[in-house]
Amino acid sequence: MSEIRVSTPLSDEVIRTLRSGDKVFINGILYTARDAAHRRLVELIDKGEQLPFEVKGHIIYYVGPTPARPGKPIGSAGPTTSFRMDVYAPKLIEKGLKGMIGKGARSQEVLEAMKRYKCIYFTTVGGAGALLAQRITHSEVIAYDDLGPEAIRKLKVEHFPVFVVNDIYGNDLYQEGVRKYARH
Amino acid sequence: MKVVAYKDIVEQVKIACMEANFRLGDDIIAAFKRARQTEESPVGREILDQLFENARIAEEEKIALCQDTGFVVCFVDLGDEVSIEGGRLVDAINQGVREGYREGYLRKSICHPLTRKNTGDNTPAIVHVDLVPGDSLKILVAPKGAGSENMSRVTMLKPADGIEGVKRFVIERVRESGANPCPPIVVGVGIGGTIEKAALIAKKAMLRPIGTSNPDSDLAALEEELLKKINDLGIGPQGLGGRTTALAVHIALFPCHIASLPVAVNINCHASRHKEIVF
Repeated sequence: MSEIRVSTPLSDEVIRTLRSGDKVFINGILYTARDAAHRRLVELIDKGEQLPFEVKGHIIYYVGPTPARPGKPIGSAGPTTSFRMDVYAPKLIEKGLKGMIGKGARSQEVLEAMKRYKCIYFTTVGGAGALLAQRITHSEVIAYDDLGPEAIRKLKVEHFPVFVVNDIYGNDLYQEGVRKYARH
Repeated sequence: MKVVAYKDIVEQVKIACMEANFRLGDDIIAAFKRARQTEESPVGREILDQLFENARIAEEEKIALCQDTGFVVCFVDLGDEVSIEGGRLVDAINQGVREGYREGYLRKSICHPLTRKNTGDNTPAIVHVDLVPGDSLKILVAPKGAGSENMSRVTMLKPADGIEGVKRFVIERVRESGANPCPPIVVGVGIGGTIEKAALIAKKAMLRPIGTSNPDSDLAALEEELLKKINDLGIGPQGLGGRTTALAVHIALFPCHIASLPVAVNINCHASRHKEIVF
């Protein structure tokens, strides 16, 4: 397991170096989106309209944070389960999305799109929302404020810890990790 | 007759909602410590370390352990010699939830199932009331996250499937859930009753403190066997591989119809939050 630092936006050159199992620290920008925001983004894509942020080269973090206490940039902010976004993700990947952060396995359609358009699926520790919040230095709602915790936020992160689950070569950390320790 | 004031219930439920979300239970911390000793996967150990650190930060800064601060489920034991003054019990619980989620900066996660419109204050709570003898009022406040709830299932087995069928269902449910419910998990199993009874006793069993043994020795042995088989799946912390997939398996039983064998599996994430209030 190697430790790697990357900055956003992610280039294809960097993406080619990432392997399933790598521990990666991200510096830069993450955009948050969950179910409801994904639905709206994909509706815009289907209508051929512009998205509220630049997807190309960027990373979407599947998170709906708790409200920030006064003086803090954000509340608790750990990953939510990714499979709920599987029906929407391929269209965003096709638009140039380079990374997704969530938890849990992805569908075959998402994995195919990732290989084809060079996108990485990362995970971070579910339920470690208080710890992860400390790596977020700034947060602002940039779209869909009416969705409350599901609004799209632009986060500035420093040394944000993730693991590569699926790289562009078809490797899968969930499958490999479990195979290593399974006794039946 | 014991009199309990509406406003005292509101206040205590409010505090319980916040504390359950800020402070990881001692039973979970102790289970993490045991798991840290036995976990063979380096990534698994690192994740357990992060969860300790997360618990420390959450308690110190009064920030939620997890951003999914849950659907508030309350199990109430209402003594038949208790009277509530100043309002209704369910209203008091909902008011406590409303105030706790606002004051604690907790996420409001409850919405209309079809329009998806958020109720805005994390109500309504789900309240299960048992009438019991005596003059005490107990409220177990358990905010439940959806990542693990979504992985829970009820099935109606055939009586011929028997105990082996029950074991298969539980283990396959955990296997298929993989990383989704945020392992290490706590598994509640309800065997018997009707469809809703099985789910209800599974949830109540899931909330039993970790490390306490089942008073029924046959069920205690079954809990141990299932825990071992689940941990042999290799799913590990966060599903990245390892020995610690579940911290505990808790089973509850209820008589069922001669034609059926209902089984419910209710999964909780490692932030198994619950706080008991006693009047």
